[in-house]
Amino acid sequence: MRRILVFEEYCIGCGLCEVYCRVQHSQSKDLIKAYNREQPKPLSRVKLVKAKPVSFAVQCRHCKDPPCVTACLSGAMRRDNDSGLVVHDPDKCIGCWTCIMVCPYTAISINVLGSGVVAKCDLCSTLDTPACVANCPNEALVCEEVL
Amino acid sequence: MRYVIIGGSAGGIGACEAIREVDPVGEIILISEEPFPQYSRPMISEFLSGKASFEKMKYRGDVFWKENNVELKAGRKAVHLDLKERCVELDNGEKVKFDRLLIATGGKPIIPKTEGIDKRGVFTFTTISDAEKLLAVVKKNQRAVVIGGGLIGVSVAEALVERGVVVTIVELKDRILSLILDEVASRIIRDAMEDSGVTIITGQTVKSITGKYEDNTAVEGVVLSNGEEIPCGLVIFAIGVIPRTELVLGTDIKTNRGIIVDRYMRTNVSDVYACGDVAEVYDFIFGENRVLPLWPTAHLGGRVAGYNMAGKKALFPGGTAMSALNYFRVPVISVGLVNPTNNNEYEVMIQHDSVRKIYRKVVLRHNVIVGFLLVNDIERAGTLFYLMHNFVDVKELGSQLISDDFSLASLPFDIRRNLFMEGTRWMVLPN
Repeated sequence: MRRILVFEEYCIGCGLCEVYCRVQHSQSKDLIKAYNREQPKPLSRVKLVKAKPVSFAVQCRHCKDPPCVTACLSGAMRRDNDSGLVVHDPDKCIGCWTCIMVCPYTAISINVLGSGVVAKCDLCSTLDTPACVANCPNEALVCEEVL
Repeated sequence: MRYVIIGGSAGGIGACEAIREVDPVGEIILISEEPFPQYSRPMISEFLSGKASFEKMKYRGDVFWKENNVELKAGRKAVHLDLKERCVELDNGEKVKFDRLLIATGGKPIIPKTEGIDKRGVFTFTTISDAEKLLAVVKKNQRAVVIGGGLIGVSVAEALVERGVVVTIVELKDRILSLILDEVASRIIRDAMEDSGVTIITGQTVKSITGKYEDNTAVEGVVLSNGEEIPCGLVIFAIGVIPRTELVLGTDIKTNRGIIVDRYMRTNVSDVYACGDVAEVYDFIFGENRVLPLWPTAHLGGRVAGYNMAGKKALFPGGTAMSALNYFRVPVISVGLVNPTNNNEYEVMIQHDSVRKIYRKVVLRHNVIVGFLLVNDIERAGTLFYLMHNFVDVKELGSQLISDDFSLASLPFDIRRNLFMEGTRWMVLPN
């Protein structure tokens, strides 16, 4: 499986990771439409966190022993043993926020304008490289294959 | 090896999964009173409101038992436990032998002695069957009295409101959700509930349930301790649950309020484990065992029990009172000690924005977070929980913990590095 490494020392806080994550999780996959026209407004699953001078991007770490999966009340959050991904099913999710309570990375967001339930990084499993990594101008996000 | 599990909810399911990670061949027999146990009990309010079908409530898929090679004895009740013969007797007379036993029988609703309790229209709200019974009779514009303003009471009230029922909550304490919220947070939820038409009566209890003049077996209303009468067709007891320990009473298994277990989820009797709402489990804030009737805690306890039953040592990392709420469209997260009484020992930090209805409270003891409460802006909860559960000294962070711009980036470098290098350790994964 792959994972995203975060190098905060290279992060310049530009926020392009959020921009391209949002585009990737839009219907249109078009930057202008995703930002200005699309309803419901797509949500970025990566979060740029800042506390000057520190900044870095954080997304679901796809933990081996994910607290969100153990805590999930509905069974919407599960770990796929084949891919190693922590997968969220918005149709099963009831938006109880229990996963948010236990994720130390704050990697789970409330999709207020969209599904009304939670949303998180899916590692862009349909792409060769996750959108945030591919569009990070300073290689503060790197994708690597791990066993 | 034969594993026998009594109870097929969060704990029992967690145990099955953990056992199968370690032991793919051992025999697992799971006994459940319910015909279809693998549903999410916290979702019964979603079911009652119509937001979730039973299909959506399935916590695990239909193939779960088959996939994990579990022999499910559904619709069967364990009635007797013989520790000497190491067997469980079922209500059909069948005896099931065990090598390792997990008791995950859960909790049962608290129903105080009240006059008129046997009338038609009186309900509890714990299982899907309770929700189905209630759903069969609810009608628009009907009146309901919910006894208890805790998590169950507020959840059933919300579902009933969605069904057009006129709801009154009767709460004994001076505020709703008093165990997990302070006055400010409780008021925010109360306002939201009252905006939705719920009447909340505090400091009162239901003394008796009255019957109709023409048919005394049907509910006509309730009488409060102050003598006030509230007419209603439905009465729902939602005071809370107590451990279902009947099966072990009179055996060598030690109980207090619940079955006492160590941090491997073992009871005092060898090869017998317990978890979930029936057990008293380790609370890492209080440093002692408590009844913590919470779904995540039950599932985690079940997993830890499962690993240990299958011979792989796993330590229960401890739970604590922890609830995430989304009732009446107010997101709330409450963890640990949020209402400290001895103010000399605790430091309390509060940020309250009454316009945006954002409320944050963090309680510290010796510079370590022992509790926090977040209303309407809850996404930092997991980080606070991490700091709390790892007993991180947060002196340096101070009031940043409750400020608007707190984030992972606010954490000291060492903590950030630990988090990204080692990951989280709330759960226990055996090596």
